[in-house]
Amino acid sequence: MADEKKTCLYDKHVALGALMSPFAGFNMPIQYKGIVEEHNAVRNQVGVFDVSHMGEVEITGPEAEKFVNYIFTNDIKDAPLGKIYYGMMLYPDGGTVDDLLVYKVAENDFFLVINAGNIDKDVAWINEHAAQFDVKVDHQSDYYGQLAVQGPESEKALLDILKIDATDLVFYTFKKLEYDGETIIVSRTGYTGEDGFEIYASHTAINKMWDLLVEAGVQPCGLGCRDTLRFEVGLPLYGDELTAEISPIMATLSIFVKLDKEDFIGKEACAKQKEEGSAKKLVGLELKDKAIARHGYEVMQGDKVVGYITTGYRGISVEKSLAFALVDREAGTLGNELNVKIRKKVFPAEVVKKRFYKKSYKK
Amino acid sequence: MSKILEGLYYSESHEYVKVEGNIGFIGITDYAQHELGNVVYVDVPEVDDEVTAGEEFGAVESVKAASDLMSPVSGTVIEVNEALEDEPGLVNKDAFENWIIKVEISDLGELDNLMTAEAYKAFIGE
Repeated sequence: MADEKKTCLYDKHVALGALMSPFAGFNMPIQYKGIVEEHNAVRNQVGVFDVSHMGEVEITGPEAEKFVNYIFTNDIKDAPLGKIYYGMMLYPDGGTVDDLLVYKVAENDFFLVINAGNIDKDVAWINEHAAQFDVKVDHQSDYYGQLAVQGPESEKALLDILKIDATDLVFYTFKKLEYDGETIIVSRTGYTGEDGFEIYASHTAINKMWDLLVEAGVQPCGLGCRDTLRFEVGLPLYGDELTAEISPIMATLSIFVKLDKEDFIGKEACAKQKEEGSAKKLVGLELKDKAIARHGYEVMQGDKVVGYITTGYRGISVEKSLAFALVDREAGTLGNELNVKIRKKVFPAEVVKKRFYKKSYKK
Repeated sequence: MSKILEGLYYSESHEYVKVEGNIGFIGITDYAQHELGNVVYVDVPEVDDEVTAGEEFGAVESVKAASDLMSPVSGTVIEVNEALEDEPGLVNKDAFENWIIKVEISDLGELDNLMTAEAYKAFIGE
């Protein structure tokens, strides 16, 4: 516990009585009032998350675009300024180093947002490959704090409480603006399936904005509901649905893997998996019973183990027992009847679409 | 501050047993329900199943995770609280009122291995 890092809002979480727990090397708030209440606040009104544990890396230099396109699965060539791309960095075998966001700040200037638990690994990976390009890699995780303001009332919360006008931003775009004498980044992005924003700023500004939002009645939300929210709308979490062993093709995220662009690390392996069909496939499961399938539980077809659960919950917005599972491709056909082993018993489950709840983005 | 009832027996894994004659009502403590958060599912054994002191007999699931239920005493299940099937959140409302299983205790001597209300209070640091 002693080695866990703290975000710049740690003292505020403790003062609010949050249940704190280690996550990705940080001591993070899991919940304040309760996962269900916080989840519903985001679905119906607005909530604020401290996501300062996320990592940031800026890549600049004459070959920045060429380099980012080489380590990233999505295509950022000739991207418009202010646009954001979701995608992955891959190992040559197609396994996932991390999933990330790439912000196009200026020509040959890209801002990468990476997962907290992968910061050291990602920075080493980026630096290793950057050596062959004319680029500068600037690791900025220690400078930036980050807030996610999420929910249907988030645009109004930014405007009324923070005096930040983000009404002109559409989904997956961002802008830089002046706030309290510093330049901050505001993007229309999130990890909840609801309309929302993510703000990157100094620790001082993040503390100020957090206080303003919480004092104005915006519900502080922990990582507990962040996970239930992203799960219900079918978004992957690195470590569960994407790992060094799980490629984006297996995770059925091939829309973010641009096989028609120039060479990138992992392209060949992904092309092969796409063409031949990957051995494993990520699917949604709906259990007939109320029992909950948790990470690691075995999935069976008859008596044969065909995979395992990656994430499972009793849904909050969808009151069903739902799960993602990585299974043998043949077992993963929609409508297929599988079984999940939960403790000593076996429960029937049907293969369903992974998007259990409809996203409400402002496009 | 958690609610702790006098006269019940408590385990280190935060179950209680309320004893009437040789019948025990087993549930989780108020402290445990608070630590778990919203209970969304309770996995219970069937009537006539045997339970053993210190061994798992089911699980209580919060939104976030599953926690094993350990039986504080040995015996035979004579009833399960069926209300929890439709409304598992009752455990959060009143953990002592909403017991999970009722057992016929096979060895009342096992109660000596459990904590009193006072000892449990010290155990959870309140």
